[in-house]
Amino acid sequence: MAKLDTISEIKKNSDVSRLREIGIIFPLFFFGLIIAIRNPYFVSWENIRYILLDASILTIVAIGEMMVILTGGIDLSVGSTLALTGMVVSMLYKDMPNFPVILAPILGIIIGGICGAINGLFVAKGKVIPIIATLSTMYIFRGLVYIISQGKWVNAHEMPEGYKLLTRAEILGIPILIVYAFITFLLFYYILNYKLIGRSIYAVGNNPQSAVYIGIDKTKVLFLVYLISGILAGLSGVLYTSRFASAESSAAIGFELSAISAVVIGGVKTTGGSGKIGGVVLGALLLTMIVNGLNIMRISPFYKLALQGLMFLIAVIIDSLMAERTQRRYRRR
Amino acid sequence: MKLNIKITWELILFILIILIFVISSFLSPYFLDIVNLLDNTTNFMEKGLISLAMAYIIISGNIDISVASNMGMTAAFMGVLHRAGTNIWICALIGLLIATLGGFLNGYLIVRFRLPAIAITLGTYALYRGIAYILLQDTAVGIESESFMYLGQGYIGNTPIPFSLVIYIIFAFIFGFILHKTTFGRYIYAIGNNEQACKFSGILVERIKIILFTLIGFMSGLGTIFLTSRLSSIRPDIGSGLELEVIATVVLGGVSILGGSGNMIGVVLSLFLLGYLTYSLNLLNIPSQVITIILGLLLVSTILISNFIEQRRKLVRS
Repeated sequence: MAKLDTISEIKKNSDVSRLREIGIIFPLFFFGLIIAIRNPYFVSWENIRYILLDASILTIVAIGEMMVILTGGIDLSVGSTLALTGMVVSMLYKDMPNFPVILAPILGIIIGGICGAINGLFVAKGKVIPIIATLSTMYIFRGLVYIISQGKWVNAHEMPEGYKLLTRAEILGIPILIVYAFITFLLFYYILNYKLIGRSIYAVGNNPQSAVYIGIDKTKVLFLVYLISGILAGLSGVLYTSRFASAESSAAIGFELSAISAVVIGGVKTTGGSGKIGGVVLGALLLTMIVNGLNIMRISPFYKLALQGLMFLIAVIIDSLMAERTQRRYRRR
Repeated sequence: MKLNIKITWELILFILIILIFVISSFLSPYFLDIVNLLDNTTNFMEKGLISLAMAYIIISGNIDISVASNMGMTAAFMGVLHRAGTNIWICALIGLLIATLGGFLNGYLIVRFRLPAIAITLGTYALYRGIAYILLQDTAVGIESESFMYLGQGYIGNTPIPFSLVIYIIFAFIFGFILHKTTFGRYIYAIGNNEQACKFSGILVERIKIILFTLIGFMSGLGTIFLTSRLSSIRPDIGSGLELEVIATVVLGGVSILGGSGNMIGVVLSLFLLGYLTYSLNLLNIPSQVITIILGLLLVSTILISNFIEQRRKLVRS
């Protein structure tokens, strides 16, 4: 009897989390409608394509950030990792234009991976709390970008054509950048839902103590999530510089906030342990759409940051209120 | 005969400060000059003021990463009002109020929705800085009031003692006294050690949390006033990155990042340690980006070292 109870309870809970995902689709359409009424250009093919392209890089970074937040941590260094990787790789291609372009994403993954591994070592091995570890590396990596570039830009004409084509090519009419994001989504959807390591990430976030008791190597899992976050940020660094055809030392400042917002708006709990990857993708889309809408309605881009913060706060507050309701239901039993 | 000196964190900090003085005076002949040394304190007094309140926050097991953004918002409000012709002193008062409100909002949201301080202050980190950008866009506002500039740039009488240093010392005494000699101070430690137990023993944890966050808001406002007075101009990105320096000051001062331990003397010493370290690096013409990197490394390595010591201690005990 008791067992049956828990099962129906679990089902009810999963219903609630599904509700949360639907809860993002609603504002997505609501805001979409408002912006479209103000300016019909918003729903033109050209603009939708543009939104999807913009959301692609954010999605890739946010998926990495999601891994970290699932374990109850946070990675503030993704923006700086992105800028550092983008700068190093594009400087390399500026000096050696004949270096095979196909290696650029791999270079990005390696450099980003190193940055992520540093975070992972600090958090998993050194037991430094995530916010402090990654706040430090956020400033350290950003400082390194300034030092390496000496404040100079890598401009469009200094980049080899192939490098710029990395995000401009199309496969069957679909921009390749969207394909990258989609592949990343599928890969991590599979890992998170069907692989042992994916379930371990959820377990560590849900209850670190019992995760250790059932034989999960917590240190390994923690290290891995920061590594993944670094790798995806590094990959995005290459894509970012290729897409905007320039690398500058202040690139992607505040990008970590966008990524974290996308994750939290997507329904991942800040304390870890629950949240779905589909929600994160929708969160990234919603965020990108609203920023794009601001541009289209000719509202000053200076509103972006405040709006992002506000949406972030609303998302965490809604989650907290929902958790309170479920708790109250438990107590009534 | 055995020398009976207990090696405490504060002693280590003190030795480090002396070390910095010795090394710097060898490297640069301009370093060891009492007027310069005193004058230089003005550069980090606003960090000092905020780090006092940040110490409370971290001892109570919380964190506030929105302080620098709160400063930005406060400064932006001051700037907009001043540009519209309001007297700068009235602007400063309103700024102080807004910063306090900003802090209160953090505390209220954390308590009301039972959320971790990281989640809320990360949100307001974006929101407050965003409001600063909305208000000022990319413009700057200059301040030309002599009397206002005295706050951040003035000296006590004809002595070389900066006014802001005196204010900082007064506040450091007040904060130290409250933390170490009053019930309220003990509550802060208790909450940091075991919040649940505090609730069960009837301490009004939630009220204290709101008070602490309101307090750090007020101190950010005060810091903003000194900072704007020192720079005599207001920009929307004013003080950005300051949260790292403030948290680094507190953690380097021996306050455990997990809450529940630390003291004010350490926080004061580490402020001067970091301040003079920055000063001597500046004298050596080291670019500010490198200084930030050093700061970040220092913060992480402090925690790594204290974690390592803690682990050793546990091993010895068992």
